[in-house]
Amino acid sequence: MSDMPQRLSLQGNQACALGAIAAGCRLFAGYPITPSSEVAERMSKELPRVDGVFIQMEDEIASMAAVLGASMGGVKSMTATSGPGFSLKQENIGYASLAEVPCVIINVMRGGPSTGMPTRPAQGDVMQSRWGTHGDHPIIVVTPSSVQEIFQQTIEAFNLSETYRVPVIVLYDEAIGHLVDTVDLPDQESVEIHDRKWASGPAEGFLPYQPDEDGIPPMPLPGDGYRTHTTGLTHLETGFPTQVPADVTRVISRLLDKIENHRDSIEQYELIHCDDAEILVVAFGISARASERAVNVARERGIKVGLMRPVTLWPFPERKLKELAGRVSHVLVPEMNAGQLILEIERLCPDTVTVAGINRFDGDPINPNEILTRIEEIKQ
Amino acid sequence: MSELALNLKPLKTNKEKSGNKFEIRDYLRLDLFPHFLCPGCGHGIALRALLWAVHDLDIEKDQLAVVSGIGCSGRLSAYVDANTFHTTHGRPLAFATGLKLARPDLHVIVITGDGDCLAIGGNHLIHAARRNLDITCVMLNNEVYGMTGGQVSPTTSLDRFTTTTPLGNQEPGFDACALAKGAGATFVGREVTLQTTALKNLIQEGLSHEGFSFIEVISDCTEIYGRKNELGSSPEMVLSQKRSILPKFDGTTVDKPFRAGTWETGVLVREERPEYYQAYREHCHKVLGTGPGKNNE
Repeated sequence: MSDMPQRLSLQGNQACALGAIAAGCRLFAGYPITPSSEVAERMSKELPRVDGVFIQMEDEIASMAAVLGASMGGVKSMTATSGPGFSLKQENIGYASLAEVPCVIINVMRGGPSTGMPTRPAQGDVMQSRWGTHGDHPIIVVTPSSVQEIFQQTIEAFNLSETYRVPVIVLYDEAIGHLVDTVDLPDQESVEIHDRKWASGPAEGFLPYQPDEDGIPPMPLPGDGYRTHTTGLTHLETGFPTQVPADVTRVISRLLDKIENHRDSIEQYELIHCDDAEILVVAFGISARASERAVNVARERGIKVGLMRPVTLWPFPERKLKELAGRVSHVLVPEMNAGQLILEIERLCPDTVTVAGINRFDGDPINPNEILTRIEEIKQ
Repeated sequence: MSELALNLKPLKTNKEKSGNKFEIRDYLRLDLFPHFLCPGCGHGIALRALLWAVHDLDIEKDQLAVVSGIGCSGRLSAYVDANTFHTTHGRPLAFATGLKLARPDLHVIVITGDGDCLAIGGNHLIHAARRNLDITCVMLNNEVYGMTGGQVSPTTSLDRFTTTTPLGNQEPGFDACALAKGAGATFVGREVTLQTTALKNLIQEGLSHEGFSFIEVISDCTEIYGRKNELGSSPEMVLSQKRSILPKFDGTTVDKPFRAGTWETGVLVREERPEYYQAYREHCHKVLGTGPGKNNE
């Protein structure tokens, strides 16, 4: 990052790396995987310049573990991967959720399942990004739809992760990850950076998981004299394990409430032409870009259609969607999978609204014409 | 357990301790006692040797990080009055790698077991050995998955009975030290819990070694593995260690060892190779023409 604002031509994955550096990320641990490797490559170049550390670990699991080790040591850290690697990281993402270790995971989606189509875009990880690891757990997923927004949302991901002590997934597809576009980079001074709350005060009697009023406990820094215990076992405010039902209910509920009670501060979305819309398109990532084009053309043809683009995919901005759904007759959900986000939309829409998907999972992005055609069909 | 609290004793440096004599209670979270280990388990002896070495090296507890995985060995970190991390199964070395890279000022010790380190975590062991980051890995080898009820492990001796080898194990076991050596570990050693002082000295040497050090501790699982294989009571099992080892200075062999074959003990590998973090940092500064610690806090 420069002292002056810059305008650069960047690939999505490179913008991600620069966003991470701007956010204060000083350790990257990763493993090569298409189509995310450019994030690692750029980080390996940038981090030594800011006295950070880049390490290519022996596998995806190890890279997630190293990220958590570094974060528990007090250093902002992240990793980047794609579907197969994202599956392997889930074990330690769960650890981060329970032990409340801030971390950022970049998942550049490719065709699946399994090895699938490494070089083709997809949006098949909507549900895995939310429920990929076992148990009830807090997590935040942001989903940029342009190169500029990848830069911004990577910074936002760090800020959210530090503020709420949760893993944050930055979820975007191969198409945007490899898109080259002009990006406006602010000067470092004007980047808004949030750091986690650090424990202060006497070490005596300190409880590492005793939350403040906002439900978030300040984090003890190793070396500061607190000498606390961190575990993936369900634990009390002391940090030590418990299996007492009432205690478990209390501590797990707090983990979930940490996100639920701060939805207003976490949720981001973009609304285009929604005020008088009779048809609503809900889409994210590359599909949202196609949708925006379709909505604009449909508007020129006099069709009252709007677009809701969730930037925070999880927690899904459900209050806003419910409000919009109360005013429309149809909701269209274009997504590059067999129908994942639509499940959430259907859940939130009243029975009076017809919800339909536009789905592709063949490795090609959804074309604006496909969406426009469906909009016009509904209008007839 | 709800009344459990962290150690409430005031902070004391080693030097302030009376006479500087090792007292294990100074290094334990006594509030967590009684501990969960079975009677006769060797892990407690190993932990004592480890903390004794920490004491003799005058490592401040605030600067000590103990990272463990899952299994009986994994639970030990909780009892240590330090910065402790009970991580996921097989991954403590990978967590420790991130922690040490982020915080080279901390002394990072990994406590792991034969299943944690050699089965599910085998990949992390060989790469940690190759990388030579300044971490000390203490692997407690009791030849069995004790926590889950006594299943076969990658070090279970031939013909031994476990809950998943009811007819006797036919898989050959790992020689963990040979594995670590082959992967490039610059310090490798093995010791038995019977010889606690020797074990303490070995761990102390491992902790003093700049780079990755791997120490295998032959520890007994008396309650599960010992019973199942009729290896005798706890004292008998510990004493039998004497017959199964091959100290570098002594060529004793026995006809029915605890382990199949004799095992060399003591320091097995000691080599000089650049420590990874320092090498990385110095190299980056050299190539980029920047000064050390330019942007450090």
